[in-house]
Parts: sequence; C-alpha cells; structure tokens
Amino acid sequence: MSDVTKTPLLEAKGLHTYYGASHILHGVDFKVGAGETVALMGRNGMGKSTLIRSMLGLVPPREGSVFVRGQNVTRSPTHKITRSGIAYVPEGRGIFPNLSVKENLLMAARAGTGGKREWTYERVLETFPRLSERLSNGGAQLSGGEQQMLTIGRALMTNPDLLILDEATEGLAPLIAREIWNIIRTIRASGIATVIVDKNYGALLTLVNRCAVMVKGQLVFDDLAEKMNDEIVQKYLGV
Amino acid sequence: MDFYSFLIQLLNGLQYGLLLFLVASGLTLVFGIMGIINLAHGSFYMIGAYMAWALAEQTGNFGLAVLLGIVLTVILGILLEAVFYRHLYKRDHLYQVLMTYGLILVFEELRSIIWGDDVHGVAVPALFSASIPLTDNLSYPVYRLAISAVCVLLALGMYLLIQRTRLGMMIRAGASNNEMVQALGINIKLIYTLVFALGVALAATAGMIAAPISSVFPNMGGQVLIICFVVVVIGGIGSVWGALLAALMIGLVDTFGKVLVPDYAGLSVYVLMAVVLLWRPEGLFKRG
Repeated sequence: MSDVTKTPLLEAKGLHTYYGASHILHGVDFKVGAGETVALMGRNGMGKSTLIRSMLGLVPPREGSVFVRGQNVTRSPTHKITRSGIAYVPEGRGIFPNLSVKENLLMAARAGTGGKREWTYERVLETFPRLSERLSNGGAQLSGGEQQMLTIGRALMTNPDLLILDEATEGLAPLIAREIWNIIRTIRASGIATVIVDKNYGALLTLVNRCAVMVKGQLVFDDLAEKMNDEIVQKYLGV
Repeated sequence: MDFYSFLIQLLNGLQYGLLLFLVASGLTLVFGIMGIINLAHGSFYMIGAYMAWALAEQTGNFGLAVLLGIVLTVILGILLEAVFYRHLYKRDHLYQVLMTYGLILVFEELRSIIWGDDVHGVAVPALFSASIPLTDNLSYPVYRLAISAVCVLLALGMYLLIQRTRLGMMIRAGASNNEMVQALGINIKLIYTLVFALGVALAATAGMIAAPISSVFPNMGGQVLIICFVVVVIGGIGSVWGALLAALMIGLVDTFGKVLVPDYAGLSVYVLMAVVLLWRPEGLFKRG
C-alpha cells in the first residue's frame, strides 16, 4: 500500500523535543504515507506520545522539522497542522465532558482536504450505533468504550486523511477493545492512513503495514510489519 | 409598603440585577473560558458610559451613540486582547491581577485626559422619556423598562449563542480542554479574542444604557467591578447562568434593602454573599 516514491502525508525529520530541561526526543525521523497503517511501538516513557504531540505542534520541537505533504509546518499552530487533514485521538481521549455526545461530534464537523465530506454526522452514528442511543448524554457519563468511540467518531467528523490514535484500547474490556479494532479496520479500509499506539502488539501486528519502535526517544526499528519478529519484540518491547 | 410601591421597587431591583448581569457575564465568561481575572472589567462599563455621553453630544442621537459605541468597544476589546490579555492566559493569577490593575489606572488617566473629571448627565432618549402612571402620585419611567427589555434580549441572545450554535459549542469545549479544540483544527486564539471582545462589549453596553439613569462620573467602574465580583462569586465562578441568578438576587436584595433597612443597606449584598457561601462555598452553580 505504501508508496515510498510519493511525498509522505506526514513526516518528521530529526526531531529534538524537550519538556523543560529534560530531553525527550533525540533526533527522530518518522513518516506516514497516504493510506498507510503504522504501529508506533515502545515501552512507557519512550517518547511515543511526545513524538505525536511534537508533530502536531502541541509540544513544538526545539530542533528538526515537520512536513505535511512536503510542506514545512514546524512552526505552524496546531489548528493549521490538523486542518491539513490530520485527526488526533489522544491518550485519555479528550472528550469534552461539558458538551453532550451530539455536541462533541457536531463541534468538530468540517470538510477534509479538497472539500471532501465522506464522514457525516449520520455516517458516524451508523458506524457507532451505541453513540446514537446516548446523544443527549454528557460526555462524562459514557463508559470508557463509548468515550473511545466518541473520540474516534469526533476525529472522523473532520474528514481526515490521517488518523492518529494514541493508546487506542487502553483500559478497555477485551470485548470492547475488539470492537474498537474492528472499527479501526473499517476506517483503514476507507483509505484513511492511521498511526496507532497500543500495548496489544498481537492485535496491532495483524492490522498494520509498518512498525516503528521507539526506545529512549529514538527510533530503533522502522520496517514492514512482516519484518517484525519475536527477537525484536523481546529486545525493545520487553514482552 | 403598598402594592404599587412594592411593584416599583421590584421592577427597579430586576432592572438593576439585569444590568449587573450584563457586566458580570463578561467577567465570568472570560474567567471561565480563558482563566483570566480581569480587574479592569469595570473600566469597560465606565468607558461605555463616557462613550454614550460623548457620542450622544456629538451625534445628538442616543440610539446612534449606543450603536456606534458597541462597534467601537468591540474593536477596543479585540485590540486589548491582542496587545495585553493574550499574554496572560498561561500566567499565574498574580500577574493577571497586577496587569489588569495597572490597566484600571491607565484607563482612568486616559478618561481624565480625553473626557475630563466632571460629572455628566445623559438625557433619556425622547422615545422612552415617558412614564407610566400607576397611582395619582406614583409612576414608572418607560426607560427603565426599556433597559430591562434590552438586558433580557441580550441575555437570551447570549444563551442562544452559547447553547445553540457551533461557535458556542467550541467556546464551551475550549473552557474544558483547549488543546483538544486546537487538535480538531479550530483556531482557539480567534475564539478567545471573540469571547473577550464580547465581554468588553457587554460591559460597555451596560454602561451606555445605564448612563441616562446613573449619570457619568470618574471611578464609576470601580463600584461596578466590586459588585460584579460579588455576583460572580455568588453565582459560581465561570458560570453564566449562576451570574444571572446571582445578579437578580443582588439587584432585589440591594433595592429592597435600601427601602426596608436603609441604615444597613450597604451591608445587605455582602450578608447575602456570606450566607450563600456558607451554604455553597463554590457558589450557586459550579463552573461549566
């Protein structure tokens, strides 16, 4: 699916990011092509979320550059970066608890790049029938699984070309997690590129084209999913 | 107290409360959404009143003066946000208090330079200058009813804006998680600027429409600021509907206090605040 000759959808070059005095990312190169599904792996505290947040401009990198479709967006504000077709499902989900489920979805609605409107309010509710039963509920009254569906649905309302999911199934019961994996499969099949962070490596590897593994703020492995083996998992992920 | 005297005081209390709400709603919105304690908020009320006076003198038309004043204060709000307030969002309340207190002094000095230190009266617009006779010797001025009507309309407009529009959803979302709002591709800075300008315009509008009944005088912003903080604290910091309820309570308590216990009238509002805070330390409505 990935075409290396094409300009990547999102690309990071030599990112160095700090939280105050602590140096988190040590020169990370990372890219995602159109339609590609990438697993971003690594133990806790290795810099996965920081890499995502740096690319989105939420934690601007001190050195290095970020490109969206070849355009340098390193110093752009977050809303401009995400407006170029990127949706983000953060760790902890970021539901607006003071808005109803319906409002959480509607406030995010917009056309994607090139004015495409494939994901409408109606289609999101068809994809997540459970949400349509809870439209007037406050965001905070949902179960963990419903919240994750709402965040993914909200992300889809922006008609993205790339969906970044940080901790896709963290804290969810196995049955609900399976539902989320199925939804991600549907999203992938619709042509949206995805970057997924999750601890369930088994489920991840059946889904992705490519794996990127981070250790201590550096990318130590970045290759096709087939090249991923037990030895690498053992060495870098300590499972 | 007979029925008509009671009715007059009731209408006065409601009118005062609604006017307070206009000023306090901006204060509580800006705190609830951007986390800013704006001590200079009362100055916007003062600026509005002086503008109404100056513009009415210039144009000879109070209605036109108010419309012009609203446009000018929205522009003022946008400029102040971009130049001063924007730098306070990520800072500690101490810095906010220091800067906005400094702004009060600047605004008062500018007021003195531009408009002088005299007290001015503003004529009630001819359209509303009549009074409704109630009994042989009691009547109620139409202008006060008009003030209440304008306040109710503005409050309704604000309700629709915040609760029923997408912009309102974004504003509320920004109050709970501004990072996520940006990650959804929404320009939060623009939203902050709009909310701030809205707050300034509301306070200034209150000052403008109150000018014909309260006159225009130096330091009038300070008095309003203190009572507005009482409104915001009673209502629950950051809650617009709490502010509405609290403003009406204060309007009525203050008005009836002055009639029933004139010797202690100055205390009545603070007694109300103490009672409410003992009962609900976070105010009537929680933030949200």
